[in-house]
Amino acid sequence: MTSPAPSSVSRAVPFYRDVRVLRILAQIVFVALILLFFWYLLNNMTRGLSRVSGAFSFAFLDNAASFALSETPLPYDPATDSYLIAFLIGVLNTLRVVVAGIALATLLGLVAGIAQLSSNWLVSKIAQVYVEIFRNTPLLIQLFVWYFIGVLSLPRVRDSLALPGSIYLSNRGLALPWFTTNETFTLWLIVAFAAIAVAGVAYWLLGRVKTPLLYEWRGVWAFLVWLALALGAAVALSPVTPSLPEIRGFNFQNGLMLSPEYAALLLGLVFYTGAFIADIVRAGILAVPRGIIEASRALGLTYVQALRLIVIPLALRVIIPPLTNQYLNLAKNSSLAIAIGYADVFYVSNTIFNQTGQTLQVILMIMGAYLIISLTLSAIMNVVNARFKLVER
Amino acid sequence: MQSQTIPDTLKPPATSVGVLGWLRKNLFSTWFNALLTFFALYVIYVLVSGVWNFVVTTDWGVITANLRLFMVGRYPMEQTWRVQASVSLFAFLLGASWAIWRGIARSAAILLAAVFFTALVLPFALNDRLWMAGNLALIGVGFAAGYFTRARRVLVWAWLASLPIIALLLYGVGGLPRVATDLWGGLLLTLALSVVGIAASFPLGVLLAVGRQSTYPAMRVFCIGYIELVRGVPLITVLFMMQIMLPLFLPEGVTVESVVRAMVAFVLFTAAYVAEVVRGGLQAIPRGQMEAARALGLNGILTLLLIVLPQALRLTIPAMVGQFISLFKDTSLVAIVGLLDLAGIASAAANQPDFLGRQAEVYLFIALIYFVFSTAMSYGSRRLEKTLGVGER
Repeated sequence: MTSPAPSSVSRAVPFYRDVRVLRILAQIVFVALILLFFWYLLNNMTRGLSRVSGAFSFAFLDNAASFALSETPLPYDPATDSYLIAFLIGVLNTLRVVVAGIALATLLGLVAGIAQLSSNWLVSKIAQVYVEIFRNTPLLIQLFVWYFIGVLSLPRVRDSLALPGSIYLSNRGLALPWFTTNETFTLWLIVAFAAIAVAGVAYWLLGRVKTPLLYEWRGVWAFLVWLALALGAAVALSPVTPSLPEIRGFNFQNGLMLSPEYAALLLGLVFYTGAFIADIVRAGILAVPRGIIEASRALGLTYVQALRLIVIPLALRVIIPPLTNQYLNLAKNSSLAIAIGYADVFYVSNTIFNQTGQTLQVILMIMGAYLIISLTLSAIMNVVNARFKLVER
Repeated sequence: MQSQTIPDTLKPPATSVGVLGWLRKNLFSTWFNALLTFFALYVIYVLVSGVWNFVVTTDWGVITANLRLFMVGRYPMEQTWRVQASVSLFAFLLGASWAIWRGIARSAAILLAAVFFTALVLPFALNDRLWMAGNLALIGVGFAAGYFTRARRVLVWAWLASLPIIALLLYGVGGLPRVATDLWGGLLLTLALSVVGIAASFPLGVLLAVGRQSTYPAMRVFCIGYIELVRGVPLITVLFMMQIMLPLFLPEGVTVESVVRAMVAFVLFTAAYVAEVVRGGLQAIPRGQMEAARALGLNGILTLLLIVLPQALRLTIPAMVGQFISLFKDTSLVAIVGLLDLAGIASAAANQPDFLGRQAEVYLFIALIYFVFSTAMSYGSRRLEKTLGVGER
């Protein structure tokens, strides 16, 4: 790359042909162009913004929000609570649907992915048709279908479909049995956390015992220790009282109420992402060479052992990176909530924007919220990935 | 005299060959499989009979009354011939490609012909039927032209030229009255957004990917920052931002049609994803290729253009098509920012007073359109992969 040091002055490379100088020059020109471009945009924007909404500041966040939200995991009063509180409730609503969505989509994807490889011809065809249909239609249309045709056409509250276990389906959403916390709840939480430490000690102690029954199952034993302690404390303290949903007038009382919007968004995200995860799982399992499985059987591992010790770790290595992408997609796709009116962070921000006209600030807040969610998710998945990654020699 | 030849081998039992054998092997190999089969049969029965009853008994008036809206939106009635002419040009080129390239072009041409043929049977106006029959003929004429001339190079140029020609024809140039993009709608708008998004985001994405691999730190940092920022936020935020902010970024007095703003958003968003796909391809090219090229005296840019990119882009075809399928599906999001693409028209049609409560028909219809296009693209990519031999070397 770099030319050899010139031996005499006459052979010196002029600066405009010197690669080192040119490299630096090219970068300076590039940065200058970019800066010029952004300066031009910003200049236009400040002029435009000053017409619309005044100086750049986040002070408006302290003003009372004065718009109602359909779903509030925290107590929220539009008359007194600020825009900031409304925004945070939006973030919480997004997290509520993202966490549940990831868990359920993984489950569905796992089942559908394994079903695609089933030796049963019908089962594998059904799974393939599911994947093809849900992958090849837009999520937005699926959400409309779940919301308008699925959830909203359920019977009214008075004629709700009652499922076993006090679960009710109606066009007001899904009513589930839940619990209310008593004042002993905090104490119970402390005991439960302390029990984790006890279980950890039990795990360590069992690791030093030679009895195979105790040694090999020490994870299970430790979990049982924790469960016994936590349940014992729960019986002694009674931290929660169950609350069953019941119909009062035109709506449900008690229990946990999932709104139709939440239910539709969750269903849409789960079925859409589940189809993509199914294909990832299928590809991951197919990536494990047959010879390895046969070799492990030849070495005397049982089928379950081979699955647990050989196939799953090898498949996970292929599965986890694209799976992370799907989780991130799910989190980002949750912003389609606005199409069916679920009060997620994007929906709330949009309302804030419409009321205050603070364009730039609101957009920065939305981007910040999603970037934080995305980065947290990928950080968690990176830790998981590091655990299963190929350990190279 | 009776001579009976005794076969050396016994015939296999009836239960292991033929239909019975297939059934036994694929559906009833174990009692568990048999159980699964009956369960699957039940599921199929419920789904198929439900869909069939719906399709047969429902009133499709909402589709037939609005078919024009679904296809071209509010494109002026007396100018519709321009859309029809564009489709005819496409049909002719496809026919010629069928003769010259076969493979995917043949499947695409047959698909198009099948669509027109089905439409001919349906009760359309006489003029429309004549046009459809004309298109069928044009596919044939194109095939003949391609078959006898074998003008490969002309065809490639014709395809490249067709894009601007169609765009100018639809938008209006010269003596033709201008049809602002705000009047475009339905399938026309969906396709316009996808084609422009694909065509423009591809070069930008390649540029970003090359910049990300660059040895110049300034360019590398800029490209990484851009790619990661865009990939971290949902598409809908980019779309909203472009709708709201683009007018602010531009100097006073300059206005941009909202369809164009959406196109800009799609291009900027998709380019970041295309860049990551291309990066995968670039990283798969062995270092030796570049070193050999440099040793043969090619400079950096020529190495990239002649050696690295052709190989890298070939590797990325499957992922790239996947990206474009998701772009095609994502164009439905413009419905949220108020454009009347296929999804936007669907929501509007479902809210017409004459057709209240007809959402199911509308969404089923457009889901089918999206499904056909996406499935055709993914099928095409699999065929292309085979012909190019990706993954075999």
